[in-house]
This record gives sequence, structure tokens and C-alpha cells, in this order.
Amino acid sequence: MLTRVRRWGPGLLLISPSLLLLGVFVYGLIGWTVKVSMSDRHTAAESDGFVGLSNYVDLFTNDINGRFVHSLRNLLIFTVVFLLGTMLLGLLWAFLLERGVRAEGVFRTVYLFPMAVSFVASGVVWRWLMNSAQGDDAGGLNAVFGQLNLGFLQNPWWTDPDWGMVAMAVPAIWQLSGYVMALFLAGFRGIPAELREAAAVDGASTFQLYRRVIFPQLTPVALSALIIVGHMSMKMFDLIMSVSGAQWLTEVPAVYVWQTLLTSDYAKASAISVILLLLVAVVIVPYLVQTMRTERRS
Amino acid sequence: MRRAAVAAVGALALLSPAACGGADSEADQKDVEVFTWWADGGEKAGLDGLVATFDEQCDYSFVNGAVAGGAGSNAKQVLASRLQQGDAPDTFQAHAGAELSDYIAAGQVEDLSALYEEWGLTEALPSGLIDNLSVDGKIYSVPANIHRANVLWTNKSVLSDAGVTAEPTTMADFLAALETLKAKGVSAPLAIGKDWSQLMLLEAVLISDLGPEGFNGLWNGGTDWNSPDVAKGLENYKQLLSYTNADRDTYDWTDAGKLLMDGKAGFFLMGDWAPSDFEAKGFADFGHVAFPGNGDTFQWLADSFVLPQGAKNPEGTKCWLKTVGSAEGQQAFNIKKGSIPARTDVTATDYPAYQQSAIEAWKTATQVPSCAHGAACSQGAVEAANSAIGKFSSDQDAAGLQKAMAAAAALGRN
Repeated sequence: MLTRVRRWGPGLLLISPSLLLLGVFVYGLIGWTVKVSMSDRHTAAESDGFVGLSNYVDLFTNDINGRFVHSLRNLLIFTVVFLLGTMLLGLLWAFLLERGVRAEGVFRTVYLFPMAVSFVASGVVWRWLMNSAQGDDAGGLNAVFGQLNLGFLQNPWWTDPDWGMVAMAVPAIWQLSGYVMALFLAGFRGIPAELREAAAVDGASTFQLYRRVIFPQLTPVALSALIIVGHMSMKMFDLIMSVSGAQWLTEVPAVYVWQTLLTSDYAKASAISVILLLLVAVVIVPYLVQTMRTERRS
Repeated sequence: MRRAAVAAVGALALLSPAACGGADSEADQKDVEVFTWWADGGEKAGLDGLVATFDEQCDYSFVNGAVAGGAGSNAKQVLASRLQQGDAPDTFQAHAGAELSDYIAAGQVEDLSALYEEWGLTEALPSGLIDNLSVDGKIYSVPANIHRANVLWTNKSVLSDAGVTAEPTTMADFLAALETLKAKGVSAPLAIGKDWSQLMLLEAVLISDLGPEGFNGLWNGGTDWNSPDVAKGLENYKQLLSYTNADRDTYDWTDAGKLLMDGKAGFFLMGDWAPSDFEAKGFADFGHVAFPGNGDTFQWLADSFVLPQGAKNPEGTKCWLKTVGSAEGQQAFNIKKGSIPARTDVTATDYPAYQQSAIEAWKTATQVPSCAHGAACSQGAVEAANSAIGKFSSDQDAAGLQKAMAAAAALGRN
């Protein structure tokens, strides 16, 4: 008995503070949020009336102007464009570097650099770049288009009611493509040279080499990149707040939580937060399961 | 032995600050922590003026609890968490009127009605304002100032170049003037910013179409939002919006004001904090007129101070509130902030020209509160209305706006 305690005792003692902190400040607070989301606490006044799931139902069926569904739709457009954009650009850049571009170090730095800028700082700059005025009053990118005689490219950017969220994804893509590139580049470099040589000996063309040998080995990297970029997209708040501020056109659930919290509607804010948590979980949980499985296998 | 001596000295050293603690708490009784979001500009200058008067009138010391940034939203977050923890400041700033209803319902602020009688504020403040401040016959805040929301600012040269000589006084005049400006190639005849400044425009239009009584009813339940009269107002609003800058949703009010200063706009609807911004940027060629059709209706908003439940120094807070409500305090504050005193018994000649005319109007006009600034609506209702206005700005769906505004206004009445 004592020997067994000796074996796992110190380890348990070592991790217990962080277990305790995680338990209280992460899982405890998640539980608290779920509890508030099922109460009728719509003002600063205390109230613990239990209303079950009605706050959630209200969000989907009884919100003014269908505001929550609108914010989900915005988030969907943003996420799809953001994911596609970063994956394609990141892969392209990594591929070019892998093929051997001169001054690789410089390009690597140039592409990775946007990562070092915060979303708030780049948002302020992009707010100006994506100025929606056109014609004589144009500023930012629209003015550049105008001067290059590419006037037809001028557009209202994020103020377009249908395609605005696509424009909103542009700064996010600019910021994170370099990161995805770094992941893919590491993936490319991790493939042993023997495999390429073997393929060459077998008479594979360059296309076949990439199609059959290299790309299949990049799948785990692609999955990690998707998860990381995907969950950042779900939580997107700071970029949108600094480009457009909180308003109908570009509202996503994270911004909506903030707005409801400011008006002391705690039950509604908690309900949106819980839905947001579930959305992120949908992305993260399969990834965790998959990672655990691979670790067990190795 | 030596060790014991060192330990004893150490223990004494530890004890001595504790001994001083008693004296500190005596001093605490003198402090009044005033929580605001007035951290710079005219707002900070106004606060400084108020503090100077407070120092003269009261035997307490002012402690600045200002939280900067976010146009007050940072401060509101900090305030909400402090109130929940039971760590209320001695007094905090809030827009007077319905915005306070959340705090009142939560029992976080105290009834000041008795002090109103004691300080003579019931007579000094106009009865329209007192009605709007009262909740079930009780008053919970002392207003420091009054701002007017429904003012139309003009660029005189743009108007005269386009041949618009008479200032518009009816909605028809106004639309005609805007059409003239548009025909003369003025790019944005009516400058406007995003959500809340559009809500101000909608409110001004509704005052024109429903009159002050009908407009008040929109917020207190006396007027049906779904009536045809409101629908007509919304159509007018839609028409006005077509003369505004198309990229309005990207503009803060100062950006929209810049359109007026740059001569790209002829008119600009904004509260009377606009001229201090114009003057700071060296623009003097502006005129002003009450929004067409508003007649002598004065749409107000006000900053006020309250006595929170559980304030550490309620006596000191009362002295602060007395200063805020006094004629000297209001003068010291408002001359610097660019607003007018809420009291009607002040000497107007002490103030700059625009403020003199506003003081005159405040005495005689019909007073209606503003929703965009929390005088007529609770915080939740303001936020929902801004969202609905933002949607309308992009899809122009008047019927949808009418429904959404009805739902937003109902939020404040729960």
C-alpha cells in the first residue's frame, strides 16, 4: 500500500495545485455560466428563477430581428473564408519556399511577421485600408485601385450587407497565413529525404512525388492548422471590434456576448457564451480524441 | 538569544503599520470617491471645475475614480463588477433618466427625494425634467448638466453657395433644401455617423411627426409603435437617410462632423457637444437651428450623480451631490464642458453665446428625453434600438424597423 502511494503520491502532489485551479477557475466557472444561462437573470438585480432552456430557445426563435441567427451566419461566412484563405495561402507559400526560393530566411520573416502584430493593432490599420468610400472620396485600398485605373475593383468592403464578412476575413487571413505556412514548412522539412530518393528511383515525376508521397504525409499538419485557425475564428472579437466596432453589419456571437453583458442581461450573455463554447468544442474535441489515439499508438 | 531579539524587532516592525491602520480609517471618512469616465478634454475640465467648488463648499476630500476609454463602456464594466462585489464607490456618474432604471430595480442606488426638498432642487429644476427623473414618485439622481440632442448644425458657406438662404423649419422645407444641395453636387447633404447617431435622427423625425406628447408615449407606453403615424415617420426617416453619406456605418460622430467642416455636407444632426469639437478644430462657419418640425421641443440628456447603496461615506457623498446640484457647482462644471445647467435660476450672461440661447430655450421649451442617450430608455433598450437601426441602415426595411423598435422599446418597460 505504502509503496503504491510512494509511486503516484509525489506526482499527484505536484500537479494538485494546477488541478485545483483548473477545476475552480475553468470547469467551475463553466458550470456557473451554464447555471446562469438557465436562470431568468436579465437585469443587474439578483434572481435565480430557473427557466430551463428557454433562454436558448429565445435566442433562435424570439430575438429581435433574428439577431443571434444573423450573428451565427456572419460567423459562418467569416470562418469559411478565413479557413480557406489561410490554408491555401499558407500551403502555397510553404510550397514555394520548399521548392527552394532564394533568400528563404527573408521571405519566412516577411510572411511570419504579421503574426507578431495584435489583431487590435492590425484592425486599426485595416479599418483605414478598407475605407468604404468610392470615387473621388476614396481612401485606403479603394484609392489605390482608383489610381491604378482599376476602379472596377473598388467596393464597399465590410459595409456590404451580404459580402461584408468576406472582407472582414481579409485582415485575419493576412495575419495568420504566415503561421499556417510555418506549420506546413515544418511538415515538408519533416519528411525524410530517403522517401524522396526512393520515389525518384522508382521513376516518379515531380507531380506524382507531391501527389502520392509528400501531401499525404502532411495531413496531420493540415488538421492541426485547421483546428488552430478554426477555433480562433469562432472566438473572433478583437479584430471585428477594432475594424467596425460593435454593430449589426458585422456582429458575431462573441461581440453579441459583450453587448448583452454591458446591458446587464446576464442570462442571455451566458446562453450565447455556452453556445459559443459548444461550437469551439465541436472543432476541438475530435482533434483531442485523435491526438490521444495517435499518442497511444506510438 | 540574539535571534530572539531580531525576531522581536521584526514582529514590532510588522505590528507598527497595523497600529497606524486606525488613523488611516479616520482619514477614509474624509474621502469621497467619485467614479466617472471623464478623463480628458472638456469633460475633465468640467470635472475639475466641479471639484474646485466642492473643495470650497465641503469639508471632505475628492478622490478621482475615473476609468478612461470606451466612451464610458469600460467604466460601466468596472462599475458593474464593483457593485456586485459590494464595493460601491461613494458616488458614480450615470445618464439621468431611464438608464438608471436597472440600478434602481437592483436596489443599488438610494432614494434622494428628501434631499431634493431640503436643497430646494424641486423648485430649481424644471418640472418636465423632474417628471422624467422620478420613478414611482422617487428621485434617485442629481443632474449636473443638460445637453440638447435635436440640433441641426449647418455649414453656412455650403448652404449659401447652393442658394439655400432660409433655414428649414418644416420637414418639407428640409427635404427641399437637401434636394437642392444634392442637385448642386454636395456629396452628402446631411452628414451622419453610425448607429446611435442615426437613432438620434430617427428620434428627431419622430418628434416632428408625433409631437412631444406622442414621442414621449413611444417610450412610456402611451403611443403604439405599430401605428400608421409611426410608419409615416419611418418613411420620412428613410427618405432623409437617402441624402446622407453612404458610408455612414463606418463613421463616428466626429468623422461625420468633419464632412460638415470640409464642406462635403450642408447639414449635420448632433447634440450640442458638437460646437466645442468644431471650435477645437478651427471651424467657425457653422450655424444652428432646431431640427425642422421640432418647434420648441427641447430633447435633453443629462449626466447625473447618485448615492449608491453601501457607499462608505454617505455624508460626504451628500455634500458632493449638493455641490453638483448647486448653482455655483453647475456653473463651474458647465462653462467648461460646454453644456448648460439643469437649474433654471442661473444667470445666462455668464455663459458663451450658444449656451445662452440654449439656456433660454431650456426655460420655455417642451422637454422630451432622448433614447439614444439613455434619458428615455434603459441600457438594454438603447442597445437593442441601436442594433435595429444598424440593420435598417443596410437593408432599408421600414416595416422590419418598426417591429424591432417596438420590441426594443418594450424591453425598457419590463
